[in-house]
Amino acid sequence: MNRALLWDRVATGVLWAIGVFVVAVLGAIILHFLLASIGTLSISFLTSDPSRTDVGGVGPILFNSFYILVLTIIITVPLGVVGGIYMAEYAGEGRIPNLIRLSQELISSVPSIVVGLFGLALFVTALGWSFSALSGAMALTVFNLPLMMRLSEQAMRAVPQDERDASLALGASKWQTIRNVVLPLAVPGIITGIILTAGRIFGEAAALIFTAGLSTPTHYDYTNFNLADPRSPWSPFHPATTLSVYIWKLNSEGLGNYVRQIADASAAILVVAVLLFNLGARTLGRALQRRTTGSR
Amino acid sequence: MAVATTTERGASLRGNESFLQRLDVPRRVTLLAAALVVVLVFVLLSFITWNGVQIFFHSGVPLSNVLSTTWAPTADPPQFGILPFVAGTLGVMAVAALISTPLSVGLAIFMAEIAPRWAKNIAQPAMEVFVGIPSVVWGWLGITILVPWLRTNLSWAGFNLGFSWFAGSLVLSLMILPTITAISYDVIATVPLEMRTGSLALGSTRWQTIRHVILPAARTGIVTAVVLGMMRAAGEALAVQMVIGNRPVMPTGLTNPLTTLTSQITLDMGNTVAGEAWNEALWTMGLVLIIFSFAFVAFVRRLSRQRTYQ
Repeated sequence: MNRALLWDRVATGVLWAIGVFVVAVLGAIILHFLLASIGTLSISFLTSDPSRTDVGGVGPILFNSFYILVLTIIITVPLGVVGGIYMAEYAGEGRIPNLIRLSQELISSVPSIVVGLFGLALFVTALGWSFSALSGAMALTVFNLPLMMRLSEQAMRAVPQDERDASLALGASKWQTIRNVVLPLAVPGIITGIILTAGRIFGEAAALIFTAGLSTPTHYDYTNFNLADPRSPWSPFHPATTLSVYIWKLNSEGLGNYVRQIADASAAILVVAVLLFNLGARTLGRALQRRTTGSR
Repeated sequence: MAVATTTERGASLRGNESFLQRLDVPRRVTLLAAALVVVLVFVLLSFITWNGVQIFFHSGVPLSNVLSTTWAPTADPPQFGILPFVAGTLGVMAVAALISTPLSVGLAIFMAEIAPRWAKNIAQPAMEVFVGIPSVVWGWLGITILVPWLRTNLSWAGFNLGFSWFAGSLVLSLMILPTITAISYDVIATVPLEMRTGSLALGSTRWQTIRHVILPAARTGIVTAVVLGMMRAAGEALAVQMVIGNRPVMPTGLTNPLTTLTSQITLDMGNTVAGEAWNEALWTMGLVLIIFSFAFVAFVRRLSRQRTYQ
């Protein structure tokens, strides 16, 4: 066999090996956490309170993760979609859109720990929200807003120009066209984007350590709906350690006999959540795509 | 913020516009939302810069003290040298990029040029899950699997503690792998098909085509991908902090503990009080991190301006 063909074979083999290796690493990681959490991970682990003397559970902490997730989405999505409308439909080229695009890139480049510092200075200290779910959600908004804006812009740009032309030709104004034609068609893309950012928000820890706080909640009274009371789990001002932050905290304090089990199980929850968010984004995106563009 | 007041295209066709139409409320409102991002950058930068320079103005620590290699905030007189952290960040980042680049570019080539459809259908979703794995999970893996493994199996090589520069770089290299892969893949996939067919028609093998045609054509894009990966590595905090041992000294070797800007901020922020020099030094580190990331953005923008196929 000549040299060129031999090298071709070798390179093909190496590249296949890399592909198999990387996918195998991912598979091994997922499998590792699933195996490591056997015996710990159960419904009662997901719902019960943390304990100092036993394995306990992560109920309130998981609650906080979802609480901050929902709060961040409520703040980010409307602003992001409206900003996205400007970037996709009005901006065109020019100095202002360029400045906005540069700002998007700069914000996405800022390390999340620095966003945490910023949140500590602005939300926790200057605005006096102290370590709370709201401070955490605002810190997460800082780097998810540009992302959400970018994703909704892309979703709207993917809408064919014909759709707009047809609407305008029927006499609709530009805004009517955006509201009644472009936005509905962009919804599947936007929802996929929301789910993907949700996965990111769910796993984020560095930005939350100094904003949402590190205190382990002992017990939540879910019947306390007084939103002004920081002890109520429903209040945006309650200190809200999330699952990711909890893993970090367990590790740095290293207290208790069950640290390994609790952290393994918590990590398993996070990994499964990432899988579910990804799967959800795919299936939902595809289903909505079929509904909005498919045969009717 | 100036508000653009261009007239609506085609407006003249519709005849007289009402005052409300001319005002074009939707345009202005959406612009306000989009401009929030600009405000955000401005406020963030002001806060970090203001707090980042307080060590000089409020605590009066001289620049030479901060730009030294000794970190001893509790000594008398205290030393706030941040160079060990800067060197640690750059060192951990560089080694991570060295490990990750061949793997991720190889994977990108594999996915774009070699993988049959079924393999691609596995690899692509796998990358999306990969990028989503939270950094604490990486750190926890590092501390429960990698660090003990290094300590027991490679102690002969100098990994006495397991917590080391190498451990940090290895964890980071996996974390930035999907970033570099995804961007490189996009660039490789956009190399025109004619370049491939042309090369193959001349009798090149697939590997010769990849090496001499596709990789050179995608070079700038791949460099961009690696730089963005390095940016992510430099800013990563928790995963690194959990495995590098956090020893505030200049890096001495791959098997030894060291520290980074992000790890020190993570560790010390909760133990210091606002207004003391130690706390202000942490803000200065945050400022340095921001300067690094903005430099990366500037570099990537330069690269993208010259990205053309020759």
